[in-house]
Amino acid sequence: MIAETGHYALVLALALALIQSTVPLVGARRGDVALMNVARSTALAQLLFTGASFALLVALHVISDFSVVNVFENSHSLKPLIYKITGVWGNHEGSMLLWVSILALFGGLVAAFGNNLPLSLRAHVLAVQAWVASAFYLFILFTSNPFLRIANPPIEGRDLNPVLQDIGLAVHPPMLYLGYVGFSISFSFAVAALLEGRIDAAWARWVRPWTLVAWIFLTLGIAMGSYWAYYELGWGGWWFWDPVENASLMPWLAGTALLHSAVVMEKRNALKVWTVLLSILTFSLSLLGTFLVRSGVLTSVHAFATDPARGVFILLILCIFIGGSLSLYAWRASSLKQGGLFAPISREGALVLNNLFLTAACATVFIGTLYPLALEVLTGDKISVGAPFFNLTFAPLFVPLMLAVPFGPLLAWKRGDLYGAAQRLTAAGIAALVAIAVLWAWTRGGATLAPLAIGLAVFVIAGALTDLAERTGLFRLPLAVSFRRAQGLPRSAWGSAFAHAGVGVALIGVVCETTWNSEYIATMKPDQVAKVAGYELKLDGISQRQGPNFREMIAQFSVSRDGRPLQVMTPSKRSFTTRGMSTTEAALLTRGVSQLYISLGEASADGGIAVRIYHKPLVLLIWFGPVLMAFGGLLSLSDRRLRVGAPKPAKAARALQAAE
Amino acid sequence: MTRKQRRLTMIGGSLAVLAVAAALVLNAMRDSIVFFSTPSMAAEKQIPAGKRFRLGGLVQPGSLVRGDNLAVTFAVADGSKTLEVAYKGILPDLFREGQGVVAEGALDASGVFRADTVLAKHDETYMPKEVADALKKQGHWKDDYGAKPSAASAKPMQGASK
Repeated sequence: MIAETGHYALVLALALALIQSTVPLVGARRGDVALMNVARSTALAQLLFTGASFALLVALHVISDFSVVNVFENSHSLKPLIYKITGVWGNHEGSMLLWVSILALFGGLVAAFGNNLPLSLRAHVLAVQAWVASAFYLFILFTSNPFLRIANPPIEGRDLNPVLQDIGLAVHPPMLYLGYVGFSISFSFAVAALLEGRIDAAWARWVRPWTLVAWIFLTLGIAMGSYWAYYELGWGGWWFWDPVENASLMPWLAGTALLHSAVVMEKRNALKVWTVLLSILTFSLSLLGTFLVRSGVLTSVHAFATDPARGVFILLILCIFIGGSLSLYAWRASSLKQGGLFAPISREGALVLNNLFLTAACATVFIGTLYPLALEVLTGDKISVGAPFFNLTFAPLFVPLMLAVPFGPLLAWKRGDLYGAAQRLTAAGIAALVAIAVLWAWTRGGATLAPLAIGLAVFVIAGALTDLAERTGLFRLPLAVSFRRAQGLPRSAWGSAFAHAGVGVALIGVVCETTWNSEYIATMKPDQVAKVAGYELKLDGISQRQGPNFREMIAQFSVSRDGRPLQVMTPSKRSFTTRGMSTTEAALLTRGVSQLYISLGEASADGGIAVRIYHKPLVLLIWFGPVLMAFGGLLSLSDRRLRVGAPKPAKAARALQAAE
Repeated sequence: MTRKQRRLTMIGGSLAVLAVAAALVLNAMRDSIVFFSTPSMAAEKQIPAGKRFRLGGLVQPGSLVRGDNLAVTFAVADGSKTLEVAYKGILPDLFREGQGVVAEGALDASGVFRADTVLAKHDETYMPKEVADALKKQGHWKDDYGAKPSAASAKPMQGASK
């Protein structure tokens, strides 16, 4: 019964979405308040039904009802409870249901908290949201129904792919989807603005918090995924420029650009047309990401099961929404009036520069990801575009962007003073030069680019601090005054400083890890000692252990440095009987922000075991940076002006009164 | 500055950045792209020694030899030709004789493929897509290779790299 109820709830959600996608629009055309308000109730009801449907699928997994195909294929009665729950979205059908549930959640949030929106804008936004939702409900119901039954229920399930039996699965996909799908809100707002033919600074103020929420989750989701790949795949890499990773990076880059252009639009009423285009592009890239991952068109380290029907269906959704919204844009964009003027050297100019580089970087990732696909379709040649391509394109575009980051916040709106900004950045520049000189002296004869890159990162971090110091008058004014100023500083100023510093921190981590990573790969026998980066690792022995649904071979290493024992590390290799697969569980030892990393290879006949030991200096900064960025985003989100709500433009105010 | 000048500056700047990006992409396309070949395609095209490519096929049963210090050699076959592969390092968990494999590297002077990366698919019943396509094209495809590509998972490919 549970499965049938879940299926039925999803069908009802589709029906509600279809109502929501049409009735409010009719209402908006006729100026009928009652019809426009249908959007609100249907969005909330849709959330209820989709949420129920998702909860029922979770229930099926928890009680291990193997008469349901989805549970049978991805669960096992002995699997720990947490993986029974996370296993719900560890497969295609379940993850698509999670996708629409989050879409419904965002729609519900707009409906619940959008009371200060002009009525017709809200009706349009929710209607567009419902178009997307309807398409995905149809996709799930026709091609990937998670509630299908098996005629003769087996007594045991096939178990979840062991690689996915990890806490990472509990966090990474939901975060990533909150990010992907969160951009649907700015998309809906953009399409609504085009449909209405009206857009103003208040629009940007409504869009910004939603974009910010999506961006925070996407940032954390990508960072989490990267850390998961790092410790789970067992070879210490944290970013592979794999198509699936690029699929999440592209919306992130476009979303970051959107975040910045929305500021210009909100404060200065300029860049309207561009902001609308970016909103459309960002969500289009999210849809593209869903397509790349879900349709299995790409050979990738993450490759998903292939099913042409699904691929064609998602491709259709992709064409309709991207093609449709871009045509609408081409048709209606000219009706949006251009706003505020600004000189090229100004805060606006700096934000335009940021947008240029981010979108150009996004375009190179796009080409690198889709070119092999296009080439295969056109000529049949199979090529792989890997890290070298992205290092040669993405990195050079990021360098000028990073150089410009500290200047942006120091320039005034409208007309800035580049020379003045440069003067105020002298201290930051000196800090960067000192960092470069020290590193150069310290690693003489080593890599030449690395100290420069770290200098750049130091410049970005010091630049962010300079901005704060300038605003609070630190060192210029008495400390008490500075402190009071710091308290009065808008949270968004703190937010951007943290986020920019986060970029610098992540860059330091990336450079250190890639340049000064030391590795040791060999076959080791018990009591042998490996020396890596000043640490001595002694293999104490190898033992076997039985887990809940796997057998495990554990190697024990005692780690010491300069004769002082530090800790014991126990990397292991698990073999899962149900699927006949094995996974490598790396052992990590964290020292400050650096890590020692051990993963096991095969045991040899003579009692030895192949081991891979890495010392990764400052590696944790790679993920600490994004966390800092997300924290900055959170600070920005708590800014007073976003809580207080957008000032209502005169016309909208009248519409609201009519509603009451 | 007049409105027109401002607009021209903006457009000029945008075009400059786009031109740089395009130049970077074209340059990278020339140098850093790796083609995929099966052993018979490699023999046909007479790929010169030192040119990097991806070699895909089935690991010839009985060909895996483990040497000292993690050195391994094995042969990759596609039904008509085989190619000797040498690799030093830890093979992925799901590397098996008779299974599909993709290795990246280059031929050396003696015609042995020196791999620096070996990839194997994590689901045992599944075959790397490129390998499956190539085998199908050459008529060496057996249905049981791809019998159950069911398990959807986030990261089923696994690799080893030096």
